Amino acid sequence: MSDAPLTLRSGAEALAAPFPPLLAEAEHLASSVLVGDHGRRRAGLGDTFWQYRPAQNHDEMRSIDWRRSARSDAQFVQDKEWQIAQSILLWVDQGASMSFTSLKDGTTKATRARTLALATAILLLRGGERVGLTGNLLPPRRGETQLARMAQMLSEDHDSDFAAPDARGMLPHSRALFVSDFMGDLTQIEAAMAKAADADVRGALVQILDPAEEAFPFDGRTIFESMSGTLRHETLKAGDLRTRYLDRLAERKDRLASLARICGWQFHTHHTDASAASALLWTYTALERRI
Amino acid sequence: MLTLGPLGFTAPWLLLGLLVLPILWILLRAVPPAPIRRRFPGVALLLGLSDDANQTDRTPWWLLLLRLMAVAAIITAFAGPVLNPQDRTPGTGPLLIVTDGTWASARDWDRRIDRMDAALDEAARDGRPAALVSLTDLPPEGPVFQDAQAVQLRLPALQPAPFAPDPDAITDFSAALSGRFDTFWLSDGLGRDSRAGLLAALETRGTVTVFSSPRSILGLRAAQIVDGNVTVTALRTDTDSARDITIAAFGLDPAGTERRLAMASAAFEAGATEATATFDLPPELRNRVTRFEAEGIRSAGAVTLTDDALKRREVALLAGASETETLDLLSPLHYLKQALVPTADLIEGTLEDSLLANPDVIVLADVASLTAVEADATQDWVEKGGLLVRFAGPRLAASDISRTDEDPLMPVRLRIGGRSIGGAMSWGEPKALAPFADTSPFFGLTVPEDVAISAQVMAQPDPTLARRVIAQLADGTPLVTRKPLGDGSVVLFHVTANAEWSTLPLSGLFVQMLERLAISTRPAAPDADELAGTTWLPEDSLTAFGDLERADTLPGVPGEDLVTNAPSAVMPPGLYAGEDRRIAVNVIGPEQTLSPAIWPARIAVEGLSVLRETVLKGWLLAAALLMLSLDILASLALSGRLRGPRATAATTALVALAMVALPVDAQAQDDSFAIEATSNVQLAYVITGDVRVDDMSDAGLYGLSNTLFQRTSIEPTLPVGVDVEVDELAFFPFLYWPVTADQPLPTREAYAKLNRYLRSGGMILFDTRDADLARFGSASPEGRKLQAIARGLDIPALEPIPQDHVLTRTFYLLQDFPGRHASRDVWVEAAPASAVQAEGMPFRDLNDGVTPVIVGGNDWAAAWAQDRSGNALVPIGRGMAGERQREIAMRFGVNLIMHVLTGNYKSDQVHVPALLDRLGQ
Repeated sequence: MSDAPLTLRSGAEALAAPFPPLLAEAEHLASSVLVGDHGRRRAGLGDTFWQYRPAQNHDEMRSIDWRRSARSDAQFVQDKEWQIAQSILLWVDQGASMSFTSLKDGTTKATRARTLALATAILLLRGGERVGLTGNLLPPRRGETQLARMAQMLSEDHDSDFAAPDARGMLPHSRALFVSDFMGDLTQIEAAMAKAADADVRGALVQILDPAEEAFPFDGRTIFESMSGTLRHETLKAGDLRTRYLDRLAERKDRLASLARICGWQFHTHHTDASAASALLWTYTALERRI
Repeated sequence: MLTLGPLGFTAPWLLLGLLVLPILWILLRAVPPAPIRRRFPGVALLLGLSDDANQTDRTPWWLLLLRLMAVAAIITAFAGPVLNPQDRTPGTGPLLIVTDGTWASARDWDRRIDRMDAALDEAARDGRPAALVSLTDLPPEGPVFQDAQAVQLRLPALQPAPFAPDPDAITDFSAALSGRFDTFWLSDGLGRDSRAGLLAALETRGTVTVFSSPRSILGLRAAQIVDGNVTVTALRTDTDSARDITIAAFGLDPAGTERRLAMASAAFEAGATEATATFDLPPELRNRVTRFEAEGIRSAGAVTLTDDALKRREVALLAGASETETLDLLSPLHYLKQALVPTADLIEGTLEDSLLANPDVIVLADVASLTAVEADATQDWVEKGGLLVRFAGPRLAASDISRTDEDPLMPVRLRIGGRSIGGAMSWGEPKALAPFADTSPFFGLTVPEDVAISAQVMAQPDPTLARRVIAQLADGTPLVTRKPLGDGSVVLFHVTANAEWSTLPLSGLFVQMLERLAISTRPAAPDADELAGTTWLPEDSLTAFGDLERADTLPGVPGEDLVTNAPSAVMPPGLYAGEDRRIAVNVIGPEQTLSPAIWPARIAVEGLSVLRETVLKGWLLAAALLMLSLDILASLALSGRLRGPRATAATTALVALAMVALPVDAQAQDDSFAIEATSNVQLAYVITGDVRVDDMSDAGLYGLSNTLFQRTSIEPTLPVGVDVEVDELAFFPFLYWPVTADQPLPTREAYAKLNRYLRSGGMILFDTRDADLARFGSASPEGRKLQAIARGLDIPALEPIPQDHVLTRTFYLLQDFPGRHASRDVWVEAAPASAVQAEGMPFRDLNDGVTPVIVGGNDWAAAWAQDRSGNALVPIGRGMAGERQREIAMRFGVNLIMHVLTGNYKSDQVHVPALLDRLGQ
């Protein structure tokens, strides 16, 4: 991964810029948030009106609601309902398989996945949510610093071919976004998903694929190697494998889709030759969805 | 050298290398193509997939075959293959190459040159000196032996002659031979008496080898008229099988271009050497024939030229209208017909009809007056070389023609009345003819005693009279007078053409006089006595290949030689012109026959074909290279490496190779222009060279096309600019021609094209675009340029658009024709003066053609101009009035194109009621 954290972040911000802020929709979360249908049902920081109360000494003059105060002799202050933010945890595959590209402009799957994840994070932070990374790497927090640290951590590459999501550190009733090519062992994914589902975590799976992986445009005698060289398969007629490879790929997608359906997640496949904004739009809709 | 059939090998032991091929086959089969390593994350999905079949671990058989063939080609190439290897024994001593070089060898002259070239090649390799002689062009000093390569340089200049060798020259040549040498004789295959002597002389000097083509030699004798049909006799040398040949008659068509006028076939029966083709030609066509050719044979013998002997004169006979029924014997034309029918083609009819047939002679028997039109036409015809012969008679005597002033169509002035001699009421005896003077064309004819003239018209004494008399009576009064007029002449017989005034028509002298005047056709072939002492100049001469070429640089030939001598170097076959006739000298004389050459059995006769050695090494190596290149592509494709840019490059290379092999046909692009222009209505403008003006024209016509598309059923495609110099104009019904002050004038060819365009119904709208500054005329530079352009064009008289011109109502009813400017000065072809407006009709009945030009200066293109989204480009006038003006300009454009495409349809009176209704009357 050649992108410096700064470039990564600026690219992600550029991608996130056109989108309206993703507004948080607070679910009632058991542990991290106190129970309630409607916000916290108490005065605090928020956008919606809660109550008028007589102004106290510590209230600033500019917080007085003059419209209400004009109807009586006392001064009133408008209280807002305390709204609590969601926690959203991201997992981006940093395995070596993600550094594959067949495109002329050199967009690897990893670049696309990181940009997409960080853009989502920016949108969520702008909407006031708390964003973090799974596996206790980066607990959900707010603020620009969080974004900088996230970018820093996402820029690291792993040596292993395929990475698996770490379901540790998932807050119950929070949300999650997994971005990967899901080419590795599916059982690990399934385990992580099961764990997340146990904690009532909902979210989205975004599968990032290279066009070459989708089309398999190979012929002739070929030795296929994984990115780190640990896996290897030799064939004499690569063209003959095409249909069987594609069948297996479709089967894997099906399996991921059904897994997502069972756990109440969303599943989407994105190709690196398509526009990143389309993937971001999908992620936006998926995370916005009320469950 | 090893020889296998037509192939020989210079290094045959190298062919043992071919034994390696089976080993190579096994080796190559065993080694599969090298694998490619690819990094691919999807490998996890591939694990456990096995290949269907394991055949591809071996190279496919066709690729193996390609490689083996490449290797085999290389091995064979280095073994030095030679096609047609020549095993020959080198000759010694000087070599003489003799060629007949006659018309009979012209047919396969190239092969003869090849054969001589090969013989000289061989001589050069053997170091033999050589000499080359052509029997039709013998060197006076005898053969000169020199280096064979030097002789080879002279080969391209060696040409056959269109005549047979001169026997005397051959005898001299045989006598002058000396030394020992071998002879190669390239015979033309025709038997000649002179051969034996030369052969004997050559055999005393060394061995003689004869090369001869076995092909039959064809010749044509001169055409003859038999029973009114033209017959051409064809001759041939071999008599084995039946054969049909086609003989074509060539001549000038009325437009003056030479073309094939008729064809006939001549069928040789088996065993026959002669065949006859018969042409049944109308006289008009027969007179045009200049030569007959046997089709497909390039040889002077297969061409026969025709001369005047084949022509029959066309004579138009006219008599004055007779009110009374007369006996045949008294008819003014009876004796003329009797005299002319055997030798000439007669035309009878009105004078105008006769002139259309363009006869050689017109005879007017007692015709006094011609209408002015007839007289003018006749005078034109005479001045172009016609011969007008008039006979006197009662009507001519009674008329005033040529009385005080000399009529152009009469040779002399006539006195009133004429005279009668020897009648019941007159004195004297009928007069006899005086002998003809030596200046007269009749000189030499004997005057019979019994010719008597009893009445005649009298010529006025005149300074010119004496020169014009060509026959007179014994008392000196003129009987026949003649005067030249232009290229032709007018002859007056002062007596009638029947026996009323004289006994001349009854005598044989009358026929001879007509013949001398070239009224009747002469006897076919002149004899030597007749031609003695005359000199004839060659006009066209025939090459040995049967082509005609101008020969006016050759010296004249004595007349008697034309008949007695065969064609020779001083008298090549061709057409010879004398004073008043032409004689054709043909290669084959009237009695000549063709016989094949007979050679004694001791002489070796070989064919002309040459087998040349061809070294195949280069070709084989090139083939091997090509196969190896294909192998590269095939290997890449097989191993999956032919992807991405490599595939593109390979395809490009292959396509480029194909492009080299198939040159692009430029014609296709021209066709696309024509197809584009003709598949739809397309408005066109003339490209002036001024970019701004041309863009405006384009935008204007685009706007007009748009408007037409929206409002009418005319749906033009995008307008196109045409270059009057280059582009074909006939495709476009309408041309918009903006006139700029500095555009170049069209060239002559462009003018011819434009005039053809205007005459064939095209219309040009000339727009000087200066109506705001100048009125119509030469007041502006554009106006002066328009005048300069129009000077070369075929433009009729113009007038300002009249109120009832059809342009005012072809679609819209209009009276103004504004463009960007609103001048009324718009000019169209003037209506004929005879057109008068009928009572109660709104317009005149003008059913003439579409006006070929419209001339104005209103800058219509600017008013019509629209950009591609339909917005007007140029502001017109001010406010709503300006928009109205633009609308009227558009309507004028619609009317204009309607006028171009529908002609004067709206001028038809059928539309009157509807138009009256619309006009509110």
